[in-house]
Amino acid sequence: MYVAVKGGEAAINNAHRLLADRRRGDRSLPSVTIDQIVEQLGLAVDRVMAEASLYDRSLAALAVRQARGDMIEAIFLLRAYRTTLPRFGATVPVDTAGMKVERRISATYKDLPGGQLLGPTFDYTHRLLDPSLLSDEQVEEPVRKQAGGEEVMRVSDILAHEGLIEPDGEFPEDHEAGDLTREPMEFPMSRDLRLQALARGDEGFLLALGYSTQRGYGRNHPFVGEIRIGEVEVEMDIAELGFAVPLGRIRVTECQMVNQFKGSSKAPPQFTRGYGLVFGQSERKAMAMSLVDRALRAEELGEDIIAPAQDEEFVISHCDNVQATGFVEHLKLPHYVDFQAELGLVRKMRSDIDKARSKARSGDNLSQEAAE
Amino acid sequence: MTDLATYNFAYLDEQTKRMIRRAILKAIAIPGYQVPFASREMPMPYGWGTGGVQVTAAILGPDDVLKVIDQGADDTTNAVSIRAFFQKVANVAVTTHTRDATIIQTRHRIPEEKLTEGQVLVYQVPIPEPLRFLEPRETETRKMHALEEYGLMHVKLYEDIARNGHIATTYAYPVKVAGRYVMDPSPTPKFDNPKMHMSEALQLFGAGREKRIYAVPPHTEVVSLDFEDYPFEIQKFEQPCALCGAHDVYLDEVVLDDKGGRMFVCSDTDHCEDRRDHGHAGAMLAPKKEAAE
Amino acid sequence: MTDTPLLKVGGLSKFYGSRIGCKDVSFELWPGEVLAIVGESGSGKTTLLNCLSTRLMPTTGSVEYRMRDGNFRDLYHLSEAERRFLMRTDWGFVHQNPADGLRMTVSAGANVGERLMAVGDRHYGNIRSTASDWLSRVEIGTDRIDDQPRAFSGGMRQRLQIARNLVTGPRLVFMDEPTGGLDVSVQARLLDLVRGLVNDLGLAAIVVTHDLAVARLLSHRMMVMKDGYVIEHGLTDRVLDDPREPYTQLLVSSILQV
Repeated sequence: MYVAVKGGEAAINNAHRLLADRRRGDRSLPSVTIDQIVEQLGLAVDRVMAEASLYDRSLAALAVRQARGDMIEAIFLLRAYRTTLPRFGATVPVDTAGMKVERRISATYKDLPGGQLLGPTFDYTHRLLDPSLLSDEQVEEPVRKQAGGEEVMRVSDILAHEGLIEPDGEFPEDHEAGDLTREPMEFPMSRDLRLQALARGDEGFLLALGYSTQRGYGRNHPFVGEIRIGEVEVEMDIAELGFAVPLGRIRVTECQMVNQFKGSSKAPPQFTRGYGLVFGQSERKAMAMSLVDRALRAEELGEDIIAPAQDEEFVISHCDNVQATGFVEHLKLPHYVDFQAELGLVRKMRSDIDKARSKARSGDNLSQEAAE
Repeated sequence: MTDLATYNFAYLDEQTKRMIRRAILKAIAIPGYQVPFASREMPMPYGWGTGGVQVTAAILGPDDVLKVIDQGADDTTNAVSIRAFFQKVANVAVTTHTRDATIIQTRHRIPEEKLTEGQVLVYQVPIPEPLRFLEPRETETRKMHALEEYGLMHVKLYEDIARNGHIATTYAYPVKVAGRYVMDPSPTPKFDNPKMHMSEALQLFGAGREKRIYAVPPHTEVVSLDFEDYPFEIQKFEQPCALCGAHDVYLDEVVLDDKGGRMFVCSDTDHCEDRRDHGHAGAMLAPKKEAAE
Repeated sequence: MTDTPLLKVGGLSKFYGSRIGCKDVSFELWPGEVLAIVGESGSGKTTLLNCLSTRLMPTTGSVEYRMRDGNFRDLYHLSEAERRFLMRTDWGFVHQNPADGLRMTVSAGANVGERLMAVGDRHYGNIRSTASDWLSRVEIGTDRIDDQPRAFSGGMRQRLQIARNLVTGPRLVFMDEPTGGLDVSVQARLLDLVRGLVNDLGLAAIVVTHDLAVARLLSHRMMVMKDGYVIEHGLTDRVLDDPREPYTQLLVSSILQV
């Protein structure tokens, strides 16, 4: 006799309890604190902030802890919180020329005003596992340069002086920056929305797409004009005051890719740009973003669209890892109603074929008999 | 960070609800048309009913009675989880009885019991675009809808018949709504398609990840696409429900052992229980006392 | 042929920036008439064809088409819905590469039947028998009706593309190098078939080709294009046998081997 399965509620509660247990792990060890995550796993925190599009280091660290270190789960947690926050307005565009630079490198000039500044980079470390990190050894204080006080000019401005690079795009006077999370997405997209989508897009996906452009799938001859990491001031116009008010400083990574361009009947040859701007320190993401941004400008620049990275609908519709993970993972939800329908169909089609076959076989026998 | 978890009634803020309600009104005004809306990030994964949950959250009032089903059942884990979500964030009355509910959120089924005036059926939709697998481009499919170019849809059905001798689409079977828009009924089995036609209830469809809302208002014509000489047919089961003996309902197959033993039971658990309470019994129903032990 | 033209083209020009695509083209096309547009690559013939078939917007000029109700309409003032309807009912477009005009992953029968379904035919049996009939008219075995064009040879694909275009009984067909990319022997057979169909159905056609032999076999009239301009225009036999422009003379003497 059969009694229908019940008790989904109890099962869910028990699953949550077990999850909490696994998250805590061995109780004899101290649990990791939010401050420790903020301070010692800073790049994980940065990635969660970037892809959740919410700049809050403590909340991002909480999400990392709650997600047991699963980055996409952490991003998801932070996004689901972000969505409930009220929106006061848009800030003034950040001025990255006024950045308090911690790292600044250019691949296009050997030396330039403001100099090359390596900053806290993995680039020239040898990737040898470091046993000293097994214990809590003393770490030396960093060497600090006395800040000169003057702004570090952007490489794009150097090229712009000669008119060799396209200017920052112009929007019509009444253009309001779109908000991907507040308005329905529609294609084709304006570049501001596209950059928003890329800025919160999955690092791995953009990395792979950027890489594909380098391997010939939508090649755009990139040079790293400049990468800079540091703090910028965020300001907001307050209508009642009539001027912009500083809200605080955030750390961002900016990449300006300089790309070749042939020129057209209207425009003389000049370099074009791909742009990447990401919360926190995430050079890989900013670089990949700028490669993909440039690839997605194919139509605007009259280039043939032949590669995945140039296909706006393809890239933007699939770069969001929270959407992607939800839909891929929803396959584990029950589908037995649909499956039942397919099961019935396959059985029916197989029995149709079996019937036709046995008919044919008895027909063969008959003709054989007739021949005998 | 301590007062972090204060949420509005039914989770969404009122501005967002208004935005969703506007989309719903537009959808009702143009039956079957997919209205883009600014879908929010929800505290559950995309593909798990975020569209349905947003629609429900936008129309839910304190006096509503909510029923949530997945695969026809009230007790599948995702249905339990969504129901618990609304109990938590809206403290709303819930039920498993189809006829007591004012709002029914569903994934993959329409209840067997006929819905009545005043009820709202909210579908969770994974891919709202019926033309998506024939034409992947949004810009192109929107144009096809606008110009009512649906020849391609029939090309697919033609291919089905040419290959299999009959139309081999068993779920998410495309329909034409009010003689105008071709619509995806969400992955319900085609068995349920006739229930959409001239339904007294309002049917709302929410696709969160794809950011679309569409609707079938009450008393609206919903016709499943077919050919004159290959008319639309629904699945038929060879045996009644093994628990309640119902015919003409959609059945789930339950595998009993590894020797090919199986039974078929109602996918709509509320309908099945209700019938059993009224004395109907199928071939494998345990006598009442034993089951209670 | 009646005394009213089917298509009236007036002062058609298309510029790409400052470069000329085609300039100041005017002509009329009568029902049942086949017009060949010949020229070297870059002469503007494909630009002209794309403008005429509304696949490209010209910079200036007008193209009027006599609709089935007898009224002339300016093609560039049609709504997109009207234009697309016209293209899938009263017109055909045969691409040089059959893959551009066929659905390669859909059976031959559905390829032919698609236009019928697009205009509301809902009887599977009728659609299939019409498709089957058209396959035999273009010399494709009816036993191939459920095969995909991927399994077809180049010549068969091109014939399938023609059947797919003609099934709704269009009055005007555009052809872009219809025999390009085919073997010489296959070309001859296809040209024969097209000539037969055009005659039987009384189709008007505009054929773009760089091959004067194709123009000779198919067309009644021809236009010779060079650098975006029509430099010579007349009955096909006259142009080929007695070319007046030096450029046409050069073309005829250097290419024509028929």
